[in-house]
Amino acid sequence: MADVNRGNRPLSPHLTIYRPQLTSITSILTRITGNALIVATVLVIWWFFAASTSEAYFNLVNAVLLSWFGQTILILSTWALWYHLLAGIRHLIWDNALMMDIETAERLGWVVIGGSVVLTVMTVLVV
Amino acid sequence: MVQLTLPKNSQVKQGKTWPKPEDTSNLRRVQIYRWSPDDDANPSIDSYFVDMNKCGPMVLDALIKIKNEVDPSLTFRRSCREGICGSCAMNIDGINTLACIHGLDEVKGDIKIYPLPHMPVVKDLIPDLTHFYAQHASIMPWLETRTNKPAREWQQSIEDRKKLDGLYECVMCASCSTSCPSYWWNGDRYLGPAALLHAYRWIIDSRDEATGERLDQLEDPFKLYRCHTIMNCTKTCPKGLNPAQAIAEIKKMMLERTV
Repeated sequence: MADVNRGNRPLSPHLTIYRPQLTSITSILTRITGNALIVATVLVIWWFFAASTSEAYFNLVNAVLLSWFGQTILILSTWALWYHLLAGIRHLIWDNALMMDIETAERLGWVVIGGSVVLTVMTVLVV
Repeated sequence: MVQLTLPKNSQVKQGKTWPKPEDTSNLRRVQIYRWSPDDDANPSIDSYFVDMNKCGPMVLDALIKIKNEVDPSLTFRRSCREGICGSCAMNIDGINTLACIHGLDEVKGDIKIYPLPHMPVVKDLIPDLTHFYAQHASIMPWLETRTNKPAREWQQSIEDRKKLDGLYECVMCASCSTSCPSYWWNGDRYLGPAALLHAYRWIIDSRDEATGERLDQLEDPFKLYRCHTIMNCTKTCPKGLNPAQAIAEIKKMMLERTV
């Protein structure tokens, strides 16, 4: 009986039905920010590359990056950098098997989210 | 491998709405995943209505009431009805838990019930746990000893026995493993939180003499290290245990023995 129709068994729903958790969202954001930062790094390298090419080319790239669109991307990248850094520190703590009860882990999650926003605002104000 | 969408035969369709009971003063809608191996139809979500004035307090009470009074073909596992056997693990209101100890009052709005996520479905709310059990068996869930048998039992100090608290209570309901995105994507090779919690339970048992072998066996890019501390496991455990912590302790022991 247990083998009835084994070949055609459906896979039960997963991602679409599982309720997002604070810990799972902050986890996937760590990955997303990490990958986004690769793109941001390319942008910054493009800036330096233009500066070493010619004045005309630098002026063009500089204008793109200083436009509202370029600035939005750079500010988001700043947030991604702070977020990824704080989430990384949280992982270092967890790697020592510390602060892993749900209450503390979720508090750390809010610290990472709130801290990254505060640090981004401060960075934008200072720079 | 990450596969975000369900295979064609698994996509869930709108199902049947079953008739309401006569007294409609205090009704709740229960939406349940249905699939039968007896025809070729895709899975579907059926809607049932339960008279809360005549229903016990737990989600399992509602399921049993539906099976008894509305639809005898509704299929699910249950046994102890007090959270000790682990049979009625399922996805209720978006999290994995035991239907027998999850109160209907803990769910806001319609009660949505699915089988444990990302598992092959045998029928309705019953997942095929064969692979899950095989993974548990692979971690040698027994006491391994090398020294000669003592005249009486293998003894343990009170302090050493305390290290097993929070581990031995696991009832292998599979809620944690099937809540873990890493287990969804790599469950064929990643052991998952339940099996790893059991692995740790034997690793730190002061009477066990195969600690090194146990760690050797887990030293693998997939078996242990697919854990990325997402912590869905700990958050969802119906017994309040902490598999994420147990896995972190194993990773720490791995590191400590190499430095």
